Amino acid sequence: MSAAAPAVITPEPLPDTTGPRRVLVSSVSSDSHTWNLVFLQLLIEEYGHTVVNVGACVPDELLIAECRRHRPDMVVISSVNGHGHLDGRRLIARLRAEPDLADLPVVIGGKLGTRGAEGGGHTRALVEAGFDAVFEDSVGIGEFRRYLAAPDTRALRTAGSAAPAL
Amino acid sequence: MSAPVGRTTPTGSFAAAVAAARSDGELVVQPRMGFPTVAQMGAGLKAVHGTSARTVGTITLDSYTRVGDHASAARALERDEELNGFPIVAHGGRTTREMIAAAGAGDFAIQVRHGSPLPLGIVQALIDAGLDATEGGPVSYCLPYSRTPLVEAVDAWARSCEVLAEQVPGAHLESFGGCMLGQLCPPSLLVALSVLEGVFFRRHGLRSISLSYAQQTSFPQDVAALAALRRLAGEYLGDTDWHVVLYTYMGVFPRTVPGAQALLRESARLAALTGTERLIVKTAAEAHRIPTIEDNVHALETASEAARTATATPADRPDEGEAEEIHAEARDMVEAVLELHRDIDRAIPAAFARGYLDVPYCLHADNAQRTRSHIDSRGRLRWSSVGRMPVRSAPGGTAASVGADELLGMLSHVQNTFDRAALDPAASPEALPAAGRIRQETK
Repeated sequence: MSAAAPAVITPEPLPDTTGPRRVLVSSVSSDSHTWNLVFLQLLIEEYGHTVVNVGACVPDELLIAECRRHRPDMVVISSVNGHGHLDGRRLIARLRAEPDLADLPVVIGGKLGTRGAEGGGHTRALVEAGFDAVFEDSVGIGEFRRYLAAPDTRALRTAGSAAPAL
Repeated sequence: MSAPVGRTTPTGSFAAAVAAARSDGELVVQPRMGFPTVAQMGAGLKAVHGTSARTVGTITLDSYTRVGDHASAARALERDEELNGFPIVAHGGRTTREMIAAAGAGDFAIQVRHGSPLPLGIVQALIDAGLDATEGGPVSYCLPYSRTPLVEAVDAWARSCEVLAEQVPGAHLESFGGCMLGQLCPPSLLVALSVLEGVFFRRHGLRSISLSYAQQTSFPQDVAALAALRRLAGEYLGDTDWHVVLYTYMGVFPRTVPGAQALLRESARLAALTGTERLIVKTAAEAHRIPTIEDNVHALETASEAARTATATPADRPDEGEAEEIHAEARDMVEAVLELHRDIDRAIPAAFARGYLDVPYCLHADNAQRTRSHIDSRGRLRWSSVGRMPVRSAPGGTAASVGADELLGMLSHVQNTFDRAALDPAASPEALPAAGRIRQETK
């Protein structure tokens, strides 16, 4: 793992229960890779959560529709074709512009640019665009595991007192 | 065994080139090469044509053309931007034809490779360019790479096959069905899908067909799978001109140059020892960057030489009954599909809807996603769960748990095996223990 700056922005923990949550995994519009999505599904399921895997080449409109259909507790976007920083910025702007999705926890990770770890990556720009956390490939999967495991991970906690049935 | 029987149509250039090499006892080697400009693509064809290896040529198309966005492809050409292949529609038939002639490759057999679930425009463009061979299939170019509904891909491929068969006597079409997702698909399903797409092509008028199989994780298991494919093809496509095409490993590739070359050589040896007619190579540059023309030529010559000098070892031999088991499993799948409906265009989508065909780890909405596979302690690909597929000698029920770390281990099994062997010359790939996290056989 590289010594890159911490990529995770940890918001205020919400006072509530943890437990199995519903996580939506998706790629971006231009990326047809799927092994990364299969891996993430298995990983997130190992933490006890339920995964809806939307798959590859997901247009922005479809992702928004899937968020409304499944009402996930968190969205995990993964891209490895090098266009993730472009597709991701456009996608999160679209999503945050929808009032009912503005506060939905959304994270992104993978090979987000074409230049590898060089130049500090795309974390800051993607967070400023609206992602809750960014996991660049150069940082490794460990940061994402820690994020999933953290008891105060905003994305995996319930905002209300009653956990919805999954 | 694969001698054409009752062939009445004239043989096109691609099928003729493969048939001529077969009668000379030589393996045809082929790159996967695609460059955006006429100058680059023409130079690539010329170089492949001119190598000392017995080759056919490839024109691989770009992603814009694949999805039918020809305006974006044309704009990228005007602006001199990078494309990841040759935009045959944007260039047009005449330009492509002139490029091939100028490269001195007018008599050279060339296949157009694309990856489109909706290929009609591409088929029309390659016909306009005077070409007679392409590849893909309604399942193999729909499920792994697109969100296109399977029924739409089936319709589009049916019409494309008919156009190709009507307009180009002797046209050749290859099924990509033996390459599903590149890795971790057990051989019986690869064999079944390849044969089913071959049957689909035949029903839609084609009489010259190739069936693919991608090198997997175990040399002896691949030997058995290729024997099973050949036998099943003979049973279902006996009245057509057909051959088998092997793909050098399509999963995560070794990072070391010696490891990558050893894997390429193993695929050529596999082709030679199994009587496979054609091999599609990968280059040692694969894991790091887009291969150059020189990388491709080097890979073609390396593979050709490895095939010419191939020798068998006792470790290559499949287990007793292994080929028969793969053949029986694949045949059960093919029969279960064909029994669903007289019209194969209806039978294939129905089979996926019922889970009779179910590609492990494939996320397409039309794939049932009830199956899982793993690599066993001897390096062979096995079913972990078969869902509703008609497979008798394997665990049924719902998807068995495969962990995330285990999946990563399996995805990099071949890479690790060949990289380790390259770093330790004393160890051969066969002598190494299986890499990654390997589960016990489930009984």
